[in-house]
Amino acid sequence: MTRERLWSFQHRAAPYVFVSPFVVLFCVFLLYPLARSLVLSMYKTAGPENEKFVGLANYAFLLTDPLFWWSVLNTSLFTVAFLVIQIPVSLGLAVLLNNRRVRFRGAFRFAFFSTHLVGPVFVAVLFSILLNARQGFLNQVIGAVVGTPVQINWLGSPYLAMTAVLLAALWLGIGWGMIYFLAALQAVDLELYDAASVDGAGRWQQFVHVTLPGIRPVLVFMILIGSIGAFQLFELPYVLFNGPGPAQSALTIVMYLFATGFEAGDLGYAAAIGWLLVLILFGLALLQLKLFKAGRDDA
Amino acid sequence: MKTNPAATVSLHVVLVFLAGVSLMPLLWLVCATVKRGDDLFAYALLPWDHLDRLTLNNFRELFARESFGRWLLNSLFLASTHTVVVVMLSSLGGFALAKYRFRGKKPLMLMMLGTMLLPSQVLLPSSYELMNQFGWINSYLAVLVPGAVSVFGLFLFRQTIATTVPDDLLAAGRVDGCSEFRLWWDVVLPVVRPMTGAFTLMSFLAAWNSFLWPQIVLQDEGKYTLPIALANMVGLPEYQAEYGVLMAGTLVSIAPVVLLFAILQKEFIAGLSSGAVKG
Repeated sequence: MTRERLWSFQHRAAPYVFVSPFVVLFCVFLLYPLARSLVLSMYKTAGPENEKFVGLANYAFLLTDPLFWWSVLNTSLFTVAFLVIQIPVSLGLAVLLNNRRVRFRGAFRFAFFSTHLVGPVFVAVLFSILLNARQGFLNQVIGAVVGTPVQINWLGSPYLAMTAVLLAALWLGIGWGMIYFLAALQAVDLELYDAASVDGAGRWQQFVHVTLPGIRPVLVFMILIGSIGAFQLFELPYVLFNGPGPAQSALTIVMYLFATGFEAGDLGYAAAIGWLLVLILFGLALLQLKLFKAGRDDA
Repeated sequence: MKTNPAATVSLHVVLVFLAGVSLMPLLWLVCATVKRGDDLFAYALLPWDHLDRLTLNNFRELFARESFGRWLLNSLFLASTHTVVVVMLSSLGGFALAKYRFRGKKPLMLMMLGTMLLPSQVLLPSSYELMNQFGWINSYLAVLVPGAVSVFGLFLFRQTIATTVPDDLLAAGRVDGCSEFRLWWDVVLPVVRPMTGAFTLMSFLAAWNSFLWPQIVLQDEGKYTLPIALANMVGLPEYQAEYGVLMAGTLVSIAPVVLLFAILQKEFIAGLSSGAVKG
Protein backbone atom coordinates (compact mmCIF):
# COMPACT_ATOMS: atom_id res chain seq x y z
CA MET A 1 0.00 0.00 0.00
CA THR A 2 2.61 2.55 1.00
CA ARG A 3 4.74 1.37 -1.88
CA GLU A 4 1.90 2.01 -4.27
CA ARG A 5 1.38 5.47 -2.82
CA LEU A 6 5.05 6.19 -3.09
CA TRP A 7 4.94 5.03 -6.71
CA SER A 8 2.04 7.27 -7.66
CA PHE A 9 3.62 10.13 -5.75
CA GLN A 10 6.83 9.93 -7.74
CA HIS A 11 4.70 9.97 -10.90
CA ARG A 12 2.77 13.07 -9.86
CA ALA A 13 5.79 14.89 -8.49
CA ALA A 14 8.03 14.07 -11.46
CA PRO A 15 7.22 17.05 -13.72
CA TYR A 16 7.71 19.52 -10.88
CA VAL A 17 11.01 17.94 -9.94
CA PHE A 18 12.13 17.89 -13.58
CA VAL A 19 11.40 21.55 -14.34
CA SER A 20 12.25 23.03 -10.96
CA PRO A 21 16.06 23.31 -11.41
CA PHE A 22 15.48 25.09 -14.68
CA VAL A 23 12.73 27.31 -13.30
CA VAL A 24 14.72 28.33 -10.21
CA LEU A 25 17.75 29.28 -12.31
CA PHE A 26 15.51 31.00 -14.85
CA CYS A 27 13.95 33.16 -12.13
CA VAL A 28 17.19 34.02 -10.31
CA PHE A 29 19.48 34.58 -13.29
CA LEU A 30 17.09 35.78 -15.98
CA LEU A 31 13.80 37.14 -14.66
CA TYR A 32 15.27 38.90 -11.64
CA PRO A 33 18.15 40.56 -13.54
CA LEU A 34 15.66 41.56 -16.21
CA ALA A 35 13.40 43.35 -13.72
CA ARG A 36 16.38 44.69 -11.84
CA SER A 37 17.85 46.05 -15.04
CA LEU A 38 14.72 48.15 -15.57
CA VAL A 39 15.09 49.61 -12.07
CA LEU A 40 18.83 50.01 -12.47
CA SER A 41 18.30 52.04 -15.64
CA MET A 42 16.78 54.75 -13.44
CA TYR A 43 19.89 55.10 -11.31
CA LYS A 44 23.15 56.83 -11.85
CA THR A 45 25.85 54.50 -10.57
CA ALA A 46 29.57 54.56 -10.03
CA GLY A 47 30.56 50.95 -9.52
CA PRO A 48 28.15 48.40 -8.10
CA GLU A 49 27.77 49.98 -4.64
CA ASN A 50 27.31 53.68 -5.25
CA GLU A 51 23.98 54.59 -6.83
CA LYS A 52 21.58 57.53 -6.95
CA PHE A 53 17.99 57.58 -8.23
CA VAL A 54 17.58 59.82 -11.27
CA GLY A 55 14.20 58.69 -12.69
CA LEU A 56 14.10 58.78 -16.46
CA ALA A 57 17.10 61.09 -16.69
CA ASN A 58 19.30 58.35 -18.17
CA TYR A 59 16.86 57.86 -21.04
CA ALA A 60 16.46 61.59 -21.56
CA PHE A 61 20.21 62.00 -21.66
CA LEU A 62 20.61 59.01 -23.94
CA LEU A 63 18.20 60.45 -26.50
CA THR A 64 20.49 63.46 -26.92
CA ASP A 65 23.78 61.59 -26.49
CA PRO A 66 25.64 61.98 -29.79
CA LEU A 67 27.92 59.01 -29.09
CA PHE A 68 24.90 56.74 -28.60
CA TRP A 69 23.35 57.81 -31.90
CA TRP A 70 26.71 57.46 -33.57
CA SER A 71 26.85 53.86 -32.34
CA VAL A 72 23.29 53.28 -33.59
CA LEU A 73 24.21 54.69 -37.00
CA ASN A 74 27.38 52.56 -37.21
CA THR A 75 25.56 49.41 -36.17
CA SER A 76 22.66 50.04 -38.57
CA LEU A 77 24.93 50.66 -41.54
CA PHE A 78 26.87 47.52 -40.69
CA THR A 79 23.67 45.48 -40.43
CA VAL A 80 22.36 46.65 -43.80
CA ALA A 81 25.69 46.10 -45.56
CA PHE A 82 26.10 42.68 -43.96
CA LEU A 83 22.65 41.43 -44.98
CA VAL A 84 22.78 42.89 -48.48
CA ILE A 85 25.95 40.91 -49.15
CA GLN A 86 25.53 37.83 -46.96
CA ILE A 87 22.03 36.77 -48.02
CA PRO A 88 22.61 36.68 -51.82
CA VAL A 89 26.11 35.20 -51.56
CA SER A 90 25.02 32.48 -49.12
CA LEU A 91 22.04 31.67 -51.30
CA GLY A 92 24.19 31.65 -54.44
CA LEU A 93 26.66 29.25 -52.85
CA ALA A 94 23.82 27.01 -51.73
CA VAL A 95 22.35 26.96 -55.25
CA LEU A 96 25.77 26.02 -56.68
CA LEU A 97 26.23 23.25 -54.13
CA ASN A 98 22.70 21.96 -54.61
CA ASN A 99 23.41 21.19 -58.26
CA ARG A 100 22.87 17.48 -58.88
CA ARG A 101 26.24 17.15 -60.60
CA VAL A 102 28.31 18.29 -57.63
CA ARG A 103 30.66 15.61 -56.31
CA PHE A 104 32.21 15.73 -52.83
CA ARG A 105 29.34 17.92 -51.64
CA GLY A 106 30.12 17.17 -47.99
CA ALA A 107 33.71 18.35 -48.34
CA PHE A 108 32.70 21.60 -50.06
CA ARG A 109 30.00 22.19 -47.50
CA PHE A 110 32.50 21.79 -44.71
CA ALA A 111 35.01 24.06 -46.44
CA PHE A 112 32.46 26.87 -46.53
CA PHE A 113 30.93 26.18 -43.17
CA SER A 114 34.11 25.68 -41.15
CA THR A 115 34.80 29.41 -40.92
CA HIS A 116 31.74 29.73 -38.71
CA LEU A 117 33.35 27.46 -36.11
CA VAL A 118 36.04 30.03 -35.43
CA GLY A 119 34.93 32.26 -32.57
CA PRO A 120 34.64 36.00 -33.26
CA VAL A 121 37.54 36.83 -30.94
CA PHE A 122 39.85 34.45 -32.79
CA VAL A 123 38.65 35.78 -36.15
CA ALA A 124 39.40 39.30 -34.99
CA VAL A 125 42.92 38.35 -33.86
CA LEU A 126 43.57 36.61 -37.18
CA PHE A 127 42.18 39.48 -39.27
CA SER A 128 44.10 42.08 -37.29
CA ILE A 129 47.23 40.57 -38.90
CA LEU A 130 45.73 39.66 -42.29
CA LEU A 131 44.61 43.27 -42.75
CA ASN A 132 47.95 44.80 -41.73
CA ALA A 133 48.43 47.92 -43.84
CA ARG A 134 52.12 47.57 -44.73
CA GLN A 135 52.49 43.88 -45.46
CA GLY A 136 49.19 42.17 -44.62
CA PHE A 137 48.09 39.18 -46.68
CA LEU A 138 45.00 40.90 -48.09
CA ASN A 139 47.06 43.83 -49.38
CA GLN A 140 49.57 41.36 -50.85
CA VAL A 141 46.75 39.61 -52.72
CA ILE A 142 45.24 42.89 -53.94
CA GLY A 143 48.72 44.04 -54.95
CA ALA A 144 49.28 40.84 -56.94
CA VAL A 145 45.92 41.25 -58.70
CA VAL A 146 46.35 44.91 -59.65
CA GLY A 147 50.04 44.44 -60.41
CA THR A 148 51.42 47.09 -58.08
CA PRO A 149 52.00 46.97 -54.30
CA VAL A 150 49.21 48.57 -52.27
CA GLN A 151 49.14 49.77 -48.68
CA ILE A 152 45.48 50.04 -47.85
CA ASN A 153 45.15 51.13 -44.23
CA TRP A 154 42.23 48.83 -43.37
CA LEU A 155 42.54 49.19 -39.62
CA GLY A 156 43.90 52.72 -39.28
CA SER A 157 41.53 54.70 -41.45
CA PRO A 158 38.18 55.78 -40.00
CA TYR A 159 36.61 55.31 -43.42
CA LEU A 160 37.77 51.72 -43.80
CA ALA A 161 37.43 50.47 -40.22
CA MET A 162 33.85 49.25 -40.60
CA THR A 163 34.74 47.67 -43.95
CA ALA A 164 37.39 45.64 -42.17
CA VAL A 165 34.81 44.51 -39.60
CA LEU A 166 32.42 43.68 -42.43
CA LEU A 167 35.04 41.52 -44.18
CA ALA A 168 35.59 39.51 -41.02
CA ALA A 169 31.85 39.23 -40.34
CA LEU A 170 31.14 38.02 -43.87
CA TRP A 171 33.91 35.46 -43.65
CA LEU A 172 32.23 34.19 -40.48
CA GLY A 173 28.64 34.40 -41.70
CA ILE A 174 28.43 33.39 -45.35
CA GLY A 175 29.04 29.67 -44.89
CA TRP A 176 26.69 29.59 -41.95
CA GLY A 177 23.91 31.12 -44.06
CA MET A 178 24.67 28.66 -46.84
CA ILE A 179 23.93 25.67 -44.56
CA TYR A 180 20.41 26.91 -43.91
CA PHE A 181 19.72 27.77 -47.55
CA LEU A 182 21.07 24.41 -48.69
CA ALA A 183 18.73 22.58 -46.33
CA ALA A 184 15.83 24.72 -47.56
CA LEU A 185 16.67 24.11 -51.23
CA GLN A 186 16.77 20.37 -50.68
CA ALA A 187 13.26 20.54 -49.26
CA VAL A 188 11.80 22.21 -52.39
CA ASP A 189 9.63 19.78 -54.36
CA LEU A 190 11.54 18.71 -57.49
CA GLU A 191 8.32 18.16 -59.44
CA LEU A 192 7.66 21.90 -59.32
CA TYR A 193 10.83 22.45 -61.38
CA ASP A 194 9.77 19.83 -63.92
CA ALA A 195 6.35 21.47 -64.20
CA ALA A 196 7.94 24.89 -64.63
CA SER A 197 10.32 23.69 -67.31
CA VAL A 198 7.43 22.02 -69.17
CA ASP A 199 5.77 25.45 -69.11
CA GLY A 200 8.90 26.81 -70.78
CA ALA A 201 10.38 28.61 -67.79
CA GLY A 202 14.12 29.26 -68.04
CA ARG A 203 16.68 28.85 -65.25
CA TRP A 204 16.17 32.37 -63.90
CA GLN A 205 12.39 32.19 -64.08
CA GLN A 206 12.48 28.86 -62.25
CA PHE A 207 14.61 30.47 -59.55
CA VAL A 208 12.23 33.40 -59.14
CA HIS A 209 8.96 31.49 -59.36
CA VAL A 210 9.80 28.12 -57.80
CA THR A 211 12.93 28.40 -55.67
CA LEU A 212 12.32 31.74 -53.96
CA PRO A 213 8.72 31.01 -52.89
CA GLY A 214 9.84 27.54 -51.80
CA ILE A 215 12.56 28.78 -49.48
CA ARG A 216 10.64 31.84 -48.31
CA PRO A 217 10.27 30.82 -44.65
CA VAL A 218 14.01 30.21 -44.36
CA LEU A 219 14.75 33.47 -46.17
CA VAL A 220 12.58 35.40 -43.69
CA PHE A 221 14.20 33.52 -40.80
CA MET A 222 17.70 34.31 -42.06
CA ILE A 223 16.99 38.04 -42.48
CA LEU A 224 15.43 38.23 -39.02
CA ILE A 225 18.16 36.26 -37.24
CA GLY A 226 20.87 37.96 -39.29
CA SER A 227 19.71 41.46 -38.43
CA ILE A 228 19.25 40.65 -34.75
CA GLY A 229 22.75 39.16 -34.63
CA ALA A 230 24.30 42.03 -36.57
CA PHE A 231 22.79 44.60 -34.22
CA GLN A 232 24.57 42.87 -31.33
CA LEU A 233 27.96 43.24 -33.01
CA PHE A 234 30.68 43.53 -30.40
CA GLU A 235 33.63 41.12 -30.34
CA LEU A 236 34.89 41.66 -33.90
CA PRO A 237 35.43 45.44 -33.70
CA TYR A 238 36.32 45.38 -30.01
CA VAL A 239 39.22 42.97 -30.49
CA LEU A 240 40.17 44.16 -33.97
CA PHE A 241 40.70 47.71 -32.74
CA ASN A 242 41.17 47.07 -29.03
CA GLY A 243 38.34 49.59 -28.54
CA PRO A 244 36.09 51.74 -30.70
CA GLY A 245 38.58 52.12 -33.55
CA PRO A 246 40.04 55.19 -35.28
CA ALA A 247 37.88 58.27 -34.54
CA GLN A 248 35.26 55.97 -32.88
CA SER A 249 34.47 54.71 -36.38
CA ALA A 250 33.79 51.16 -35.19
CA LEU A 251 31.77 52.02 -32.09
CA THR A 252 28.71 49.74 -31.87
CA ILE A 253 25.72 49.82 -29.54
CA VAL A 254 26.90 46.89 -27.43
CA MET A 255 30.43 48.30 -27.32
CA TYR A 256 29.03 51.58 -26.01
CA LEU A 257 27.01 49.67 -23.40
CA PHE A 258 30.13 47.77 -22.36
CA ALA A 259 32.28 50.90 -22.22
CA THR A 260 29.84 52.93 -20.12
CA GLY A 261 28.96 50.08 -17.77
CA PHE A 262 32.23 48.29 -17.29
CA GLU A 263 34.95 50.74 -18.22
CA ALA A 264 33.38 54.01 -16.98
CA GLY A 265 31.44 52.13 -14.26
CA ASP A 266 27.95 53.58 -14.79
CA LEU A 267 25.84 50.41 -14.71
CA GLY A 268 22.62 52.44 -14.69
CA TYR A 269 23.37 54.24 -17.93
CA ALA A 270 24.50 50.94 -19.47
CA ALA A 271 21.18 49.34 -18.46
CA ALA A 272 19.33 52.18 -20.19
CA ILE A 273 21.37 51.56 -23.36
CA GLY A 274 20.43 47.88 -23.05
CA TRP A 275 16.73 48.71 -22.96
CA LEU A 276 16.98 50.96 -26.00
CA LEU A 277 18.68 48.05 -27.78
CA VAL A 278 15.71 45.88 -26.78
CA LEU A 279 13.32 48.47 -28.22
CA ILE A 280 15.30 48.72 -31.45
CA LEU A 281 15.36 44.94 -31.92
CA PHE A 282 11.66 44.53 -31.15
CA GLY A 283 10.81 47.32 -33.56
CA LEU A 284 12.99 45.72 -36.20
CA ALA A 285 11.39 42.30 -35.73
CA LEU A 286 7.86 43.73 -35.86
CA LEU A 287 8.67 45.77 -38.96
CA GLN A 288 10.08 42.75 -40.77
CA LEU A 289 7.19 40.49 -39.83
CA LYS A 290 4.77 43.12 -41.08
CA LEU A 291 6.66 43.62 -44.34
CA PHE A 292 6.84 39.90 -45.03
CA LYS A 293 3.19 39.43 -44.21
CA ALA A 294 2.25 42.23 -46.59
CA GLY A 295 4.44 40.64 -49.26
CA ARG A 296 2.67 37.32 -48.81
CA ASP A 297 -0.80 38.88 -49.19
CA ASP A 298 0.20 40.33 -52.55
CA ALA A 299 1.41 36.98 -53.85
CA MET B 1 22.60 18.17 -72.50
CA LYS B 2 22.02 17.18 -68.90
CA THR B 3 25.44 15.56 -68.57
CA ASN B 4 27.48 18.18 -70.38
CA PRO B 5 30.99 17.38 -69.07
CA ALA B 6 32.34 20.88 -69.68
CA ALA B 7 29.64 22.41 -67.50
CA THR B 8 30.33 19.88 -64.76
CA VAL B 9 34.04 20.62 -64.83
CA SER B 10 33.56 24.39 -64.77
CA LEU B 11 31.09 24.06 -61.90
CA HIS B 12 33.74 22.24 -59.90
CA VAL B 13 36.44 24.71 -60.86
CA VAL B 14 34.26 27.52 -59.52
CA LEU B 15 33.53 25.59 -56.33
CA VAL B 16 37.19 24.75 -55.72
CA PHE B 17 38.13 28.39 -56.25
CA LEU B 18 35.46 29.62 -53.82
CA ALA B 19 36.37 26.99 -51.23
CA GLY B 20 39.98 28.12 -51.60
CA VAL B 21 39.02 31.74 -50.94
CA SER B 22 37.00 30.67 -47.92
CA LEU B 23 39.79 28.54 -46.45
CA MET B 24 42.67 30.87 -47.36
CA PRO B 25 42.73 32.79 -44.05
CA LEU B 26 42.98 29.50 -42.15
CA LEU B 27 45.70 28.22 -44.48
CA TRP B 28 47.59 31.48 -44.00
CA LEU B 29 47.18 31.09 -40.26
CA VAL B 30 48.67 27.58 -40.25
CA CYS B 31 51.62 28.79 -42.36
CA ALA B 32 52.16 31.84 -40.15
CA THR B 33 52.58 29.70 -37.05
CA VAL B 34 55.59 27.82 -38.46
CA LYS B 35 57.44 30.83 -39.92
CA ARG B 36 60.22 32.81 -38.31
CA GLY B 37 59.42 36.41 -37.42
CA ASP B 38 61.33 37.93 -40.35
CA ASP B 39 59.68 35.50 -42.82
CA LEU B 40 56.13 36.19 -41.67
CA PHE B 41 55.36 38.99 -44.10
CA ALA B 42 58.25 38.36 -46.50
CA TYR B 43 56.50 35.24 -47.80
CA ALA B 44 52.78 35.17 -48.51
CA LEU B 45 52.44 31.57 -47.34
CA LEU B 46 55.57 29.46 -46.81
CA PRO B 47 59.24 30.25 -47.57
CA TRP B 48 59.44 27.61 -50.33
CA ASP B 49 63.08 28.38 -51.11
CA HIS B 50 64.10 28.09 -47.43
CA LEU B 51 62.01 25.29 -46.00
CA ASP B 52 64.79 24.65 -43.47
CA ARG B 53 63.76 27.88 -41.76
CA LEU B 54 60.38 26.48 -40.71
CA THR B 55 60.15 26.33 -36.94
CA LEU B 56 57.95 25.29 -34.04
CA ASN B 57 59.46 28.03 -31.93
CA ASN B 58 56.24 30.07 -31.87
CA PHE B 59 54.42 27.25 -30.07
CA ARG B 60 57.32 26.76 -27.67
CA GLU B 61 57.34 30.49 -26.86
CA LEU B 62 53.58 30.52 -26.44
CA PHE B 63 53.54 27.84 -23.77
CA ALA B 64 56.77 28.97 -22.11
CA ARG B 65 56.06 32.68 -21.83
CA GLU B 66 52.33 32.70 -21.14
CA SER B 67 50.16 30.43 -18.99
CA PHE B 68 48.69 29.20 -22.24
CA GLY B 69 48.39 25.59 -21.09
CA ARG B 70 46.43 26.78 -18.09
CA TRP B 71 44.06 28.86 -20.26
CA LEU B 72 43.55 25.93 -22.60
CA LEU B 73 42.58 23.71 -19.64
CA ASN B 74 40.30 26.45 -18.26
CA SER B 75 38.50 26.66 -21.60
CA LEU B 76 38.17 22.87 -21.87
CA PHE B 77 36.84 22.61 -18.32
CA LEU B 78 34.34 25.47 -18.64
CA ALA B 79 33.01 24.47 -22.07
CA SER B 80 32.61 20.78 -21.13
CA THR B 81 30.99 21.44 -17.78
CA HIS B 82 28.66 24.02 -19.29
CA THR B 83 27.64 21.59 -22.03
CA VAL B 84 26.86 18.71 -19.67
CA VAL B 85 24.83 20.91 -17.34
CA VAL B 86 22.88 22.63 -20.10
CA VAL B 87 22.00 19.35 -21.84
CA MET B 88 20.87 17.76 -18.56
CA LEU B 89 18.71 20.69 -17.45
CA SER B 90 17.20 21.35 -20.88
CA SER B 91 16.33 17.71 -21.55
CA LEU B 92 14.81 17.18 -18.11
CA GLY B 93 12.75 20.36 -18.35
CA GLY B 94 11.85 19.70 -21.98
CA PHE B 95 10.66 16.20 -21.07
CA ALA B 96 8.39 17.61 -18.36
CA LEU B 97 6.95 20.23 -20.72
CA ALA B 98 6.43 17.72 -23.53
CA LYS B 99 4.92 14.74 -21.72
CA TYR B 100 3.29 15.86 -18.46
CA ARG B 101 0.39 18.06 -17.47
CA PHE B 102 1.13 20.15 -14.42
CA ARG B 103 0.03 23.34 -12.77
CA GLY B 104 1.53 26.54 -14.08
CA LYS B 105 2.84 24.98 -17.31
CA LYS B 106 1.16 27.41 -19.72
CA PRO B 107 2.20 30.70 -18.01
CA LEU B 108 5.67 29.28 -17.49
CA MET B 109 6.10 28.54 -21.19
CA LEU B 110 4.73 31.92 -22.25
CA MET B 111 7.10 33.69 -19.90
CA MET B 112 10.07 31.77 -21.23
CA LEU B 113 9.10 32.33 -24.86
CA GLY B 114 8.80 36.04 -24.10
CA THR B 115 12.43 36.21 -23.05
CA MET B 116 13.77 34.35 -26.09
CA LEU B 117 14.04 37.35 -28.37
CA LEU B 118 15.68 39.54 -25.73
CA PRO B 119 19.25 40.53 -26.47
CA SER B 120 21.25 39.07 -23.57
CA GLN B 121 23.31 42.26 -23.27
CA VAL B 122 20.45 44.02 -21.49
CA LEU B 123 21.15 41.67 -18.56
CA LEU B 124 24.86 42.49 -18.30
CA PRO B 125 24.74 45.39 -15.80
CA SER B 126 22.22 43.81 -13.42
CA SER B 127 23.79 40.34 -13.66
CA TYR B 128 27.17 41.82 -12.84
CA GLU B 129 25.64 43.50 -9.81
CA LEU B 130 24.10 40.18 -8.77
CA MET B 131 27.40 38.30 -9.15
CA ASN B 132 28.98 40.97 -7.02
CA GLN B 133 26.38 40.43 -4.28
CA PHE B 134 26.92 36.67 -4.45
CA GLY B 135 30.69 37.16 -4.26
CA TRP B 136 31.06 35.25 -7.54
CA ILE B 137 33.33 37.73 -9.33
CA ASN B 138 36.40 35.78 -10.44
CA SER B 139 34.59 32.52 -9.77
CA TYR B 140 33.62 29.99 -12.44
CA LEU B 141 30.20 29.84 -10.78
CA ALA B 142 29.47 33.22 -12.40
CA VAL B 143 29.96 31.65 -15.82
CA LEU B 144 28.47 28.20 -15.21
CA VAL B 145 25.37 28.83 -13.08
CA PRO B 146 23.66 31.64 -15.05
CA GLY B 147 24.83 29.93 -18.26
CA ALA B 148 22.95 26.75 -17.34
CA VAL B 149 19.66 28.36 -18.41
CA SER B 150 19.04 27.85 -22.12
CA VAL B 151 15.47 28.65 -23.05
CA PHE B 152 16.32 27.71 -26.63
CA GLY B 153 17.59 24.32 -25.48
CA LEU B 154 14.52 23.73 -23.33
CA PHE B 155 12.16 24.34 -26.23
CA LEU B 156 14.30 22.34 -28.64
CA PHE B 157 14.06 19.32 -26.33
CA ARG B 158 10.36 19.89 -25.67
CA GLN B 159 9.65 19.98 -29.41
CA THR B 160 11.78 16.95 -30.24
CA ILE B 161 10.50 14.84 -27.36
CA ALA B 162 6.88 15.75 -28.13
CA THR B 163 7.22 14.68 -31.78
CA THR B 164 9.55 11.67 -31.58
CA VAL B 165 8.87 9.88 -28.27
CA PRO B 166 5.59 7.90 -28.47
CA ASP B 167 3.38 7.98 -25.37
CA ASP B 168 2.96 4.18 -25.64
CA LEU B 169 6.68 3.75 -25.13
CA LEU B 170 6.50 5.69 -21.88
CA ALA B 171 3.41 3.76 -20.75
CA ALA B 172 5.15 0.47 -21.50
CA GLY B 173 8.15 1.63 -19.51
CA ARG B 174 5.92 2.43 -16.54
CA VAL B 175 4.28 -1.01 -16.69
CA ASP B 176 7.76 -2.51 -16.61
CA GLY B 177 8.41 -0.63 -13.37
CA CYS B 178 10.51 2.26 -14.66
CA SER B 179 10.54 5.29 -12.37
CA GLU B 180 9.89 8.62 -14.09
CA PHE B 181 13.55 9.51 -13.70
CA ARG B 182 14.63 6.28 -15.37
CA LEU B 183 12.16 6.92 -18.20
CA TRP B 184 14.06 10.13 -18.90
CA TRP B 185 17.46 8.48 -18.79
CA ASP B 186 16.73 5.09 -20.39
CA VAL B 187 13.85 5.82 -22.79
CA VAL B 188 13.68 9.51 -23.69
CA LEU B 189 17.37 10.36 -24.03
CA PRO B 190 18.20 7.43 -26.36
CA VAL B 191 15.26 8.32 -28.65
CA VAL B 192 16.31 11.98 -29.02
CA ARG B 193 20.02 11.14 -29.33
CA PRO B 194 20.57 12.64 -32.81
CA MET B 195 19.23 16.03 -31.79
CA THR B 196 21.08 15.82 -28.48
CA GLY B 197 24.33 15.28 -30.38
CA ALA B 198 23.82 18.41 -32.46
CA PHE B 199 22.74 20.48 -29.47
CA THR B 200 25.73 19.26 -27.45
CA LEU B 201 28.11 20.38 -30.18
CA MET B 202 26.39 23.74 -30.55
CA SER B 203 26.51 24.38 -26.81
CA PHE B 204 30.15 23.40 -26.61
CA LEU B 205 31.05 25.68 -29.52
CA ALA B 206 29.13 28.63 -28.06
CA ALA B 207 30.79 28.20 -24.66
CA TRP B 208 34.25 27.71 -26.17
CA ASN B 209 33.94 30.94 -28.16
CA SER B 210 32.07 33.08 -25.62
CA PHE B 211 33.82 36.24 -24.59
CA LEU B 212 31.77 39.19 -23.35
CA TRP B 213 30.33 37.79 -20.09
CA PRO B 214 33.37 35.67 -19.06
CA GLN B 215 35.57 38.68 -19.69
CA ILE B 216 33.44 40.77 -17.34
CA VAL B 217 33.38 38.30 -14.44
CA LEU B 218 36.79 36.58 -14.79
CA GLN B 219 39.31 39.28 -14.04
CA ASP B 220 42.09 37.21 -12.53
CA GLU B 221 44.65 36.13 -15.17
CA GLY B 222 44.78 32.58 -13.86
CA LYS B 223 41.03 32.21 -14.54
CA TYR B 224 41.14 33.40 -18.17
CA THR B 225 39.66 31.38 -21.00
CA LEU B 226 41.27 31.34 -24.47
CA PRO B 227 39.18 34.17 -25.99
CA ILE B 228 39.90 36.45 -23.02
CA ALA B 229 43.59 35.57 -23.09
CA LEU B 230 43.96 36.18 -26.82
CA ALA B 231 41.97 39.42 -26.81
CA ASN B 232 44.31 40.52 -24.06
CA MET B 233 47.48 39.45 -25.86
CA VAL B 234 46.56 41.43 -29.01
CA GLY B 235 46.66 44.59 -26.94
CA LEU B 236 50.06 43.91 -25.36
CA PRO B 237 52.95 45.88 -26.88
CA GLU B 238 55.29 42.86 -26.96
CA TYR B 239 53.00 41.11 -29.46
CA GLN B 240 53.02 44.06 -31.84
CA ALA B 241 56.30 42.58 -33.04
CA GLU B 242 55.73 38.88 -32.46
CA TYR B 243 52.77 37.99 -34.58
CA GLY B 244 53.96 34.40 -34.94
CA VAL B 245 53.34 33.63 -31.27
CA LEU B 246 49.94 35.34 -31.44
CA MET B 247 49.00 33.26 -34.49
CA ALA B 248 50.16 30.08 -32.76
CA GLY B 249 47.81 30.95 -29.90
CA THR B 250 44.96 31.49 -32.34
CA LEU B 251 45.59 28.16 -34.06
CA VAL B 252 45.71 26.26 -30.77
CA SER B 253 42.41 27.94 -29.83
CA ILE B 254 40.49 27.03 -32.96
CA ALA B 255 41.97 23.66 -33.92
CA PRO B 256 40.13 21.59 -31.26
CA VAL B 257 36.65 22.72 -32.29
CA VAL B 258 37.31 22.57 -36.02
CA LEU B 259 38.61 18.99 -35.67
CA LEU B 260 35.67 18.01 -33.48
CA PHE B 261 33.23 19.31 -36.07
CA ALA B 262 35.10 17.80 -39.00
CA ILE B 263 34.63 14.39 -37.36
CA LEU B 264 31.00 14.94 -36.38
CA GLN B 265 29.81 17.23 -39.16
CA LYS B 266 27.10 14.96 -40.59
CA GLU B 267 25.32 14.62 -37.29
CA PHE B 268 25.71 18.29 -36.54
CA ILE B 269 24.46 19.70 -39.82
CA ALA B 270 21.45 17.36 -39.87
CA GLY B 271 20.48 18.55 -36.40
CA LEU B 272 21.16 22.21 -37.16
CA SER B 273 19.07 22.42 -40.29
CA SER B 274 16.19 20.13 -39.30
CA GLY B 275 14.90 22.78 -36.91
CA ALA B 276 15.04 25.52 -39.51
CA VAL B 277 13.18 23.68 -42.24
CA LYS B 278 10.45 22.32 -40.02
CA GLY B 279 9.97 25.70 -38.34
